[in-house]
Amino acid sequence: MATDIANSGTVQGQPVAIGEPRWIRITSITVTLLFLGIFLFLPLIVVFTEAFKKGAEVYFESIREPDALSAIQLTLIAAGMAVPLNLIFGIAAAWAIAKFEFPGKSFLITLIDLPFSVSPVISGLVYVLLFGLQGWLGPWLAEHDIKIIFAVPGIVLATIFVTFPFVARELIPLMQSQSSEEEEAARVLGAGGWQIFWRVTLPNIKWGLLYGVILCNARAMGEFGAVSVVSGHIRGMTNTLPLHAEILYNEYNSAAAFAVASLLTILTLVTIALKAAVDWKSQVEAREVRAIREQGLAEA
Amino acid sequence: MKRAFRPHSILPGFGLTMGFTVFYLSLIVLIPLGATFLKTFSAGWGHFWETVTGARALASYRLSIGASLVAAAINSVLGLLAAWVLVRYEFPGKRIVDALVDLPFALPTAVAGITLTAMFAGNGWVGSWLEPLGIKVAFTWLGVVIALTFIGLPFVVRTVQPVLQELDPEFEEAAATLGAGRWQSLKRVVFPELLPALSTGFALAFARAVGEYGSVIFISGNMPMKTEITPLLIVTKLSQYDYAGATALAVATLMMSFVLLFLINLLQWWSRTRYA
Repeated sequence: MATDIANSGTVQGQPVAIGEPRWIRITSITVTLLFLGIFLFLPLIVVFTEAFKKGAEVYFESIREPDALSAIQLTLIAAGMAVPLNLIFGIAAAWAIAKFEFPGKSFLITLIDLPFSVSPVISGLVYVLLFGLQGWLGPWLAEHDIKIIFAVPGIVLATIFVTFPFVARELIPLMQSQSSEEEEAARVLGAGGWQIFWRVTLPNIKWGLLYGVILCNARAMGEFGAVSVVSGHIRGMTNTLPLHAEILYNEYNSAAAFAVASLLTILTLVTIALKAAVDWKSQVEAREVRAIREQGLAEA
Repeated sequence: MKRAFRPHSILPGFGLTMGFTVFYLSLIVLIPLGATFLKTFSAGWGHFWETVTGARALASYRLSIGASLVAAAINSVLGLLAAWVLVRYEFPGKRIVDALVDLPFALPTAVAGITLTAMFAGNGWVGSWLEPLGIKVAFTWLGVVIALTFIGLPFVVRTVQPVLQELDPEFEEAAATLGAGRWQSLKRVVFPELLPALSTGFALAFARAVGEYGSVIFISGNMPMKTEITPLLIVTKLSQYDYAGATALAVATLMMSFVLLFLINLLQWWSRTRYA
């Protein structure tokens, strides 16, 4: 393909009339690669070189010490709570919005998207104002000896808030674009609600669902601003991985900070790879479905 | 797919799913946000106004909004070019580059912050090239722009890319047969088609940048009046137990975000009517 364009004067099979001269193509590609190289590729290299600056021993020591392990544990707890809850919410919201007509629907969709337009810092602050000592419920909580802010529940809540729309916003447009005919047919044939969902709807939305879960999980494990406000930064108690990296960095322990950051970077790379795989898989499947339909039409 | 108004679907589960949606939405998002607004107004207008128009607050808006605008502008130009290159040209490693565009979405902001700082500090990989030229990035407002450019990068690319993919080359061919030069047909035929998506991408990148915290605080140096962004000022007030002050700034920021959200919805509506 690449040689095609360079030699024969076509762009992706299109005649040269809509292609650009060679020097413009080469300049555009070079500028793009330089920009993306500096902003996307170089940071990945920097994370790992900084992490291994003091050798592999320091690296593995930094991610095996007790504070790091407890940060890993808390990060897993927060994501382990936030992802399933937001998944259930996303499915429920998409079902209600895509399968039924009711007034105020687009307003509801806007409200669901709201956490995306709120600064992470404010996402944490709202819970401090609700559950903190100065907050609405603070005195009552203190009386009953329940700690939410500067404790694990606050971190979980802040994580749920920032990852709230991820699954819903993947599923809503996807389910809206699919007609309900298959579900209605199943209903007429006597299937119950759960049966319809598991047998008919779920197979149709599985890639979108997976996509949303992958992105939701990445954000849940990596959230910094919101969690930072509610955590109180108690070492070994209320530090997630990103907060632990920040503390190490501010203590001028750069190698350890980047070692922790490298774990999060690996998570990011896995996320991107999975996302690309899901993209590819769902495209292949869509093509197969289309081929089968066309074949069916041709035979009919 | 549009369907006629149907109050009674034969499908079950409306009560359950709608009920849970509204309940969960209220519990997690609406009640906490509402409580924040109530808290501000219970502290009184005078105090609110005093806080949000204080000199330090004004300086922080200037930096947050100014740097976000510059970053979104950089992303519009280079993001448009990147989308074009990724859709129209072939080069080795294209699929990997394409996948990497999502990196700023998925990379934790704190990791981005410390990494960009390491890169752009005077002794860093990029900073050591810029230092002899007299350009200081880390711990200046330029650093803020760099961090905001990084986190806003995917927005323009990812909104323009699908539109460009759907754009039928026939229009460009028609323009060419009618005697338009390549540049003319790009300007008159292609660019107007991309404009709604490009504007949406710009607005999304800007909205994200205004509230950004994690990737900025490491590289900015955080000097009051100079390199202090608004979200950081909120955190500073909180750590000084000035809850009323933090809340007032938060409400001001929230109101701006809501205006932006409304604008983005308008832009997306424009895109939809344009491409429908």
